[in-house]
Amino acid sequence: MAPQLSWYLALSAVLFTIGVVGVMIKRNVISMFMCIELMLNAVNLTFVAFSSFFRDVTGQLFVFIVMTVAAAEAAVGLGIIIAIFRSRESLDVDDASTLKL
Amino acid sequence: MLALRAKMPALRMQNHLLSLIIFAPLAGAAINWLVGRRLRNERFIGLVACGSVAISAILGFYLAFKSGGALRSTQPVMDHLWTWIQVGNFRADFGLAMDRLSGIYVLFITFVGFLIHVFATGYMHGDGGYYRFFAYLNLFMFAMLTLILGDNFLLMFVGWEGVGLCSYLLIGFYLDKAEAAPAAKKAFVANRVGDWGFVMGILLLFWMTSGAGAPSISFFDKPGVASALQTVAHMPIDGFTWHAIFAGGISSIAVLLFIGATGKSAQIPLYVWLPDAMAGPTPVSALIHAATMVTAGVYMLARCSAIFTHAPFAMFIVAIVGAATALFAATIGLAQNDIKKVLAYSTISQLGYMFLACGVGAFIAAIFHVMTHAFFKAQLFLGSGSVIHGMHHEQDMRRMGGLRKYMPITWLTMCCGWLAICGVPIWAGFFSKDEILWKVWVAGSANMPAGAAKALWFVGIVTALLTAVYMTRLMVMTFWGDERFSSQHDAHGESHADDHHAVTPHESPWSMTVPLIVLAMLSTVGGFVGVPYAISSLAGGHPINYFEEVLAPAISTVPATHAPEGEATKLHWQSPPPQEVDGKPAVAPVGEAPGAATEHEIPSPQELNEERLLALVSVLIALSGIGIGWLMFERKPLRAMPRLLENKYYVDEIYDAAIIQPINVGSREGLWKIFDIGVIDGIIHLIGGAVVRFGRTIRYMQIGFVRGYAAIILAGALIIIGYFAYSGAHVLRFLVR
Repeated sequence: MAPQLSWYLALSAVLFTIGVVGVMIKRNVISMFMCIELMLNAVNLTFVAFSSFFRDVTGQLFVFIVMTVAAAEAAVGLGIIIAIFRSRESLDVDDASTLKL
Repeated sequence: MLALRAKMPALRMQNHLLSLIIFAPLAGAAINWLVGRRLRNERFIGLVACGSVAISAILGFYLAFKSGGALRSTQPVMDHLWTWIQVGNFRADFGLAMDRLSGIYVLFITFVGFLIHVFATGYMHGDGGYYRFFAYLNLFMFAMLTLILGDNFLLMFVGWEGVGLCSYLLIGFYLDKAEAAPAAKKAFVANRVGDWGFVMGILLLFWMTSGAGAPSISFFDKPGVASALQTVAHMPIDGFTWHAIFAGGISSIAVLLFIGATGKSAQIPLYVWLPDAMAGPTPVSALIHAATMVTAGVYMLARCSAIFTHAPFAMFIVAIVGAATALFAATIGLAQNDIKKVLAYSTISQLGYMFLACGVGAFIAAIFHVMTHAFFKAQLFLGSGSVIHGMHHEQDMRRMGGLRKYMPITWLTMCCGWLAICGVPIWAGFFSKDEILWKVWVAGSANMPAGAAKALWFVGIVTALLTAVYMTRLMVMTFWGDERFSSQHDAHGESHADDHHAVTPHESPWSMTVPLIVLAMLSTVGGFVGVPYAISSLAGGHPINYFEEVLAPAISTVPATHAPEGEATKLHWQSPPPQEVDGKPAVAPVGEAPGAATEHEIPSPQELNEERLLALVSVLIALSGIGIGWLMFERKPLRAMPRLLENKYYVDEIYDAAIIQPINVGSREGLWKIFDIGVIDGIIHLIGGAVVRFGRTIRYMQIGFVRGYAAIILAGALIIIGYFAYSGAHVLRFLVR
């Protein structure tokens, strides 16, 4: 049986949900960061799947844009993480909770 | 009429000298303001100011009397400077026009204005604001001449506001005088009330001429512009009813324009500013508040005679207001002790005469009185200025007396003004006042109830008596009797208090006496240009009334005097235009003067006798008024006058209580404390407070934990997705398709 579009979408949804849940429950910054990457790639998978299904290259172009943004985000995000670690000696996001009333 | 309009452009005269008449004083004002304030040289400033007005006067005389000039041709001299407003087929120009009416105005304004400028160089000597005074005075001349020479209502209104501004500036000229600034403000506000009427009148006129297919506010026919007055002249005459005033027709325009005139020309109910305006320097009182600016209302009515003659009820109102003002102000004038206040009320009273004349359709008599009044009232004001100058700024007549020994020239010249305003024969005032009274007497046959004309005449003759009495009182208190200025006993709190003991009155310098002498001569002989036929024919021959002859083509006459028709038929004129009914245009066309020739037929002997009899009556009245005044005040110059009159009928107090205080209290308690603080500030505080409270509530979302924010983002995303999944399935379908 040839792969159906719905399989890719289901896989993408599963990956995205894992990412969301990971962001919600993980306290380690690095883990949360990886979960965000996971969500982005789930979306990429959807794009590619639809692109292939509709025979339209636009979706693949979007994937490149998302990857570029993800790379930039990774650079900035890691920079922030290092800065937080230097000041707090900790990777627990719940320790970085001074931005409140 | 069409043929007339077609040939008009060929006959029109362009003359760019005309614009120089108005721009010479403007240049003088600019030079004095920019250069004079640095030089501070009185000789230079006076020379610039007088010179610029002299240029205007010379040009005015040249353009009026040269061959084909404004007074010798039936065509106005015109000067189109630029097109000011052009909207559709409506056009308002910055264009000047000098026809016979504005020509006469320009002549006496520039000439009397020049004399007053010369006088002021002496009067204002040593004042710190010398340059400022003459800059304002020249600016006033510019505005006044613009008012007179403007060839449409809009430009006239520019001048109208300009003179109001200059009047404000000059009333408040003495910055250290406590009463000057409120007086200036009062004049400005009272004039604004009138200007409201004027503007509304212009707008309504524009609206009406638009309805007639020729939108225009121009006075004259020009290429591409039809005269609004001609358009109105071809409309049916309004009925003699109250309703006509509120109908939005010609009567409404006339009444609104008259409201404007009551403001500028100090008539009831807006006259209150003029007496207070005496806080300004005396030459200003002479120039602005006696000779020129306050007669602008009369000029406007005469200019709009075509409108007023088509609005009989409005005319009736004008006559009644004029007569009432004349009598009212004259009674107040009886009891004033400030020499300038007496003259101010006298001015209001004489202006009432002019409006009375306009109201009965005697526009020419009104203009004649404007001119003679400009001579003798300017003379009297300058004379009082000379007295005040000689007395070291003492204005209270109770501290004068016996001045004829000290100031013989002032005394003699003021005697001329005095006799002129009283209406003693051969002096100018006699002819103009007598003509007005005669025209009022015979007005019953025109658009007015017959009894009303006689009643108005009676009011006029009583006013003439009172005028003679209070002017005699003024003269007696000032120039005859004991010298009361030397016996200063009360503590006089003004800055000049110490001068009074030492200094005796002195005659003024030549720069002040020469204008006095010239104006006194004009007050004496100025009336001879308009001697009525009934009197001049006593000397034999068939002399013509030159003044009337000149002005007749520029003025619309009351059509009903030529068309003895019932009012009922007039009311129902809808389809046939009136000029076809009586076979003669309602208004004598400006281009042709056959109408004027036929109009000046020699009146019947009975009429002549009646007119002579009335003239005799008014002479007797004048002489008896002088006699009464002499008997009453020669022995007892300080005779106590009725308190009611001395306090001006408490009109200021009534206005204060009825209008000013309610406005003040209403503004403070209602508009400020309730509307401003309650409503406007309330709305603003409400909005601000709501935002603050909302922010105070939602700031608890900022918990500080990153995962909390992530949860909020997730919740938002779920809500949006849920919304589309639940209600927006078709949106998704659309996207897919």
